[in-house]
Amino acid sequence: MIKFTLNGRIVETDAPPTARLLDLIRDEFELIGTKEGCGEGECGACSVFVNNLLQNSCLIPIGAIAGADIQTIEGIMETEQFKLLDESYSNAGGVQCGYCIPGMIMASAALLSNNPHPSEAEIRDGISGNLCRCTGYNMIVDAINLAAKKGDGLWQKK
Amino acid sequence: MSLKDISTSVPKKDHKGKVSGQLPYISDVKVENMVYGVLVRSPIAYGKIKSIQLPTLPEGYEAVGAEHISGPNYVKIIQEDQPIFANEWVNYIGEPIFMLVGKDLNILYSLLDEVKIDFEEHQAVYTLDEAIQQKSASGITMATYEFGESLETIAAIELGAHQIIEEEYDTGYQEHVYLEPQGMLAIYKEDEIVVQGSMQCLYYIKNALISALDCGADDVRVVQSPTGGGFGGKEEFPSMMACHVAVAAKAVKKSVMLVFDRSEDMVVTTKRHPAKLNYRTALDKEGNILSMCVDIYLDGGANAGLSQVVLQRALINSAGVYNIPHFHAKGYVLKTNTVPNGAFRGFGAPQSFAGIESHIGHLSKLGNFDPLEYKRKYLVKQGDPTITKGIFRDPILVEDMIEDLLNASQYKTKKAEFQRNNPKNQRYKKGVGTSLFLHGCGFTGSGERDHIKATVKLVKSKDDRVSLKISNSDMGQGIYTTLSKIVAKELDLPYERVLYPDPDTKEVPDSGPTVASRTTMIVGKLLERAAKKLKAQWQSGVDQEVFEHYVHREMIPWDEKTFTGDAYPAYSWGVNIVEVEVDTLTGNIKLEKVYGNYEVGKVIDERIMKGQIDGGLAQGLAYGYLEKMTSKQGRIQQKSISDYGPPTAMDVVSIDSKVFDNPYADGPYGAKGAGELTLIGGAPAVQAAIEDALQTSFQQIPITPEVIIESLWRKEGEKG
Repeated sequence: MIKFTLNGRIVETDAPPTARLLDLIRDEFELIGTKEGCGEGECGACSVFVNNLLQNSCLIPIGAIAGADIQTIEGIMETEQFKLLDESYSNAGGVQCGYCIPGMIMASAALLSNNPHPSEAEIRDGISGNLCRCTGYNMIVDAINLAAKKGDGLWQKK
Repeated sequence: MSLKDISTSVPKKDHKGKVSGQLPYISDVKVENMVYGVLVRSPIAYGKIKSIQLPTLPEGYEAVGAEHISGPNYVKIIQEDQPIFANEWVNYIGEPIFMLVGKDLNILYSLLDEVKIDFEEHQAVYTLDEAIQQKSASGITMATYEFGESLETIAAIELGAHQIIEEEYDTGYQEHVYLEPQGMLAIYKEDEIVVQGSMQCLYYIKNALISALDCGADDVRVVQSPTGGGFGGKEEFPSMMACHVAVAAKAVKKSVMLVFDRSEDMVVTTKRHPAKLNYRTALDKEGNILSMCVDIYLDGGANAGLSQVVLQRALINSAGVYNIPHFHAKGYVLKTNTVPNGAFRGFGAPQSFAGIESHIGHLSKLGNFDPLEYKRKYLVKQGDPTITKGIFRDPILVEDMIEDLLNASQYKTKKAEFQRNNPKNQRYKKGVGTSLFLHGCGFTGSGERDHIKATVKLVKSKDDRVSLKISNSDMGQGIYTTLSKIVAKELDLPYERVLYPDPDTKEVPDSGPTVASRTTMIVGKLLERAAKKLKAQWQSGVDQEVFEHYVHREMIPWDEKTFTGDAYPAYSWGVNIVEVEVDTLTGNIKLEKVYGNYEVGKVIDERIMKGQIDGGLAQGLAYGYLEKMTSKQGRIQQKSISDYGPPTAMDVVSIDSKVFDNPYADGPYGAKGAGELTLIGGAPAVQAAIEDALQTSFQQIPITPEVIIESLWRKEGEKG
């Protein structure tokens, strides 16, 4: 039995410790916002926060998360930060097929929380672990820039 | 929201569900009584199956194969050469032989390891070069076309020429890497099979299912799930997966889900055809072109698939945007025992444009011309004939687009600056390159009239909302938004009152596949007409329906046999300028500046158009220098994203782009196709920029660091 916090709620699972966190989130807890793009930690579509750090959930065996605080896109959906990113991605045209986007939003939130006013190079670096095949990234970079500009104060570290 | 100018951007229809991740892609779907399928695939490139030994299957686990197919055992595409399940011969590594189905994927994978198949192996054809040598042997040439100036005339011209330049040019595979791997689900019901998944072409799938299941049109239904990128990769390939899951669902009487993981997707799905292009050009003393012969060879892989149509487009584009005197072209699709190649954004045109832009660039250097000035001498003009004896009917704005881009990019200043500074910098060399290109919008030739015969339907409900009933997929390119805008504007209805539900063949007529840069221009125009019709008979508070059917505007009729006539109703155009910095120590390329001017008739949504430009160009640039896929002894060598190397945010730079208005009469609000065009100029421009930086010539893409280092060594050797 492994116990951890998922989106603010304490949960337990009987799944074997070698099971992937990604599968647990999607299959047992039926949270579909975390996507599988490669299964090898290369594309970032499965990005989640583990103790506030951005991680690829496809690479994490659940044995490693006992007692950890896990947040998925569903866990941040009601926050002001998410709402701002949502609006910025819409205004900048950052979303095409959408499959990379929840992971990209997680990476954007992680970046801005650590660095509320990133340069363009820092934004590109911040999302370099997240692959997008549709946009060529520039409109996603614009979206993050927009969220940084509009979100004055919102991204300050607590 | 009402729409003043159609180009003004609006929020995308599917934005909310995508940004929150709550829009269910096929792998997010679970239905009652669902089992998974895994495919047993051929480990050899060519041979005969002698025997199959199955492990003992646990209860609830079954094998489904060729014997379960009620109809003929092939995937209905064009030719009948692609089995659903191989039953005697296998023709490539990865070819599906049968399927194991059951509840638990982990158990299925371990059963997969225990399957034993005995093969009688035969000598395979692994490479395009081998296939070219054997092209006269039976079964190797899958399609061939030849057209243009007679070879006798060209031989006479060559006799009087100052010199004859021959070049051989190679292009590699390109893998789509749509972020969502392929996935398909067959939902089993007593009276129908519903196939749902990631796809571009609902009716291709439906027709393949009717054939495979040998059933009536009402017995199968195809529903598109939100599709996580397509780029052509979900054009014909999903038809095979649909046959797999539907045959299995009928056999086991359960719903069957087949989802690929990334490595399976990279190894077994279709890719852009590797190509060899041979150029033979006669020049006069001043370096002017007297005649040109082009031979194109496409590696089709093991099945014909759509390759013959890809070859047609490659050939039609073989002279690029140029009016070349005495032009002749011949092309072949050749069979190799490798994974079948297929549709990919550009559909044969990217290979041809990479080749012709490279060749023309090299010719310009021979005559000491600036490449762009040389290209401009041959640029087609309105009223000029096409190489297939069609006509460029509409105004061509490329000259204006070039002038504008020369100013924006300060091309001449930059070029001079690089030439001055490069000798001073031992390690880093800068260069600038250009590409000029077009894309024929819609199906080649008479495809729309003879094969597609598109129909669209608008349904108005009592609450005066209007739904688009068409079979076209939004795979990220934004047609839920753009096509809804066209209808909203025509009906003078708020955009929010126009709906575009996920297409379902039970609800929608066949408006054709989502391919060939046809959707906005062809389907959009039909919708515009349908909306006009609905507006004329509009009755508030009443249910109403209107249909509209494709009408062919006759031009110079296309004849596939003689390869003559108007190949396309209209063309979109583009110009790219790219600056790079080459690290001569590592061979690494850094993009510095990227510019693009485009003409697509009329933009339906500026933001969506910019998304097409940035995304298409990123793929096109990467095709030229970054993305490399190879096959060795019939086996794809790059099984993961990092082995293959598509661009990350760090590889791309901000793109300076502009779109020129040039409304086209037969497009909605004047719009033509845009999706494929944006990819085509990337590779040739990046190649030209690298060549400018290193003052050398390349005869291939991708120009990877290895290729650069090798070329630098060779240059060093020549000096020494």
